[in-house]
Amino acid sequence: MNKEETLLQLRNIVKPYINNEEAFENFTEDTDFITDLNINSANLVDIILDVEDHFKIHIDNESMEKMIDVKSTLEIIETKLAKKR
Amino acid sequence: MIKSQEIISKLPYSKPFLFVDEIIHIDENGVEGSFTFDENLDFYKGHFEHNPVTPGVILTETMAQIGLVCLGIFILDNNFNKNTSIALTSVNMEFIKPVFPNEKVTVFSEKIYFRFGKLKCKVSMKNENSVVVCTGEIAGMVV
Repeated sequence: MNKEETLLQLRNIVKPYINNEEAFENFTEDTDFITDLNINSANLVDIILDVEDHFKIHIDNESMEKMIDVKSTLEIIETKLAKKR
Repeated sequence: MIKSQEIISKLPYSKPFLFVDEIIHIDENGVEGSFTFDENLDFYKGHFEHNPVTPGVILTETMAQIGLVCLGIFILDNNFNKNTSIALTSVNMEFIKPVFPNEKVTVFSEKIYFRFGKLKCKVSMKNENSVVVCTGEIAGMVV
């Protein structure tokens, strides 16, 4: 799976939780879940649980705390997927 | 394991906004508890005028206090103290039957998950005839 595909899949996971349509249209690596998409911390937990289910990975507390924007989330997904191989 | 009475004493509510009388059963996966709606509760004067019915928001609060907060205190155990602040983060509820003054209700809650400080539960409330009066999902967080 390349980065573009992962980004697209993450975009689909995030979609039900966003509160800013305009920012979501410009979903890039630089998008911040909280400041750009107005996602609250409770929904951020649900996004992380959906990421776990979709990519079949386990996210620990330490990783979770870093997953506040698209870029760091992609990095964590890739690291976890690489460990699985 | 902390006892039911200890959990109730740790609840950050008091009259007239405490909606837990008794915890019947509790373990890390769920809780069962009851509350009787005293006919003198203030909101009955206005909901509705001359026709007192327990408001849906109060039923929701009762489900949250028993189903979510009591269970949360049990799960957090020593990590919960008077400085812990908690917040309701989402509810999705269906109301099936009315609850009138002096009715006793029992709340049943089943943990869906507790991850990253967020507790989400499947909850239902039954009246004294064991008829389901409302059902749904509630989530809250340690903030």
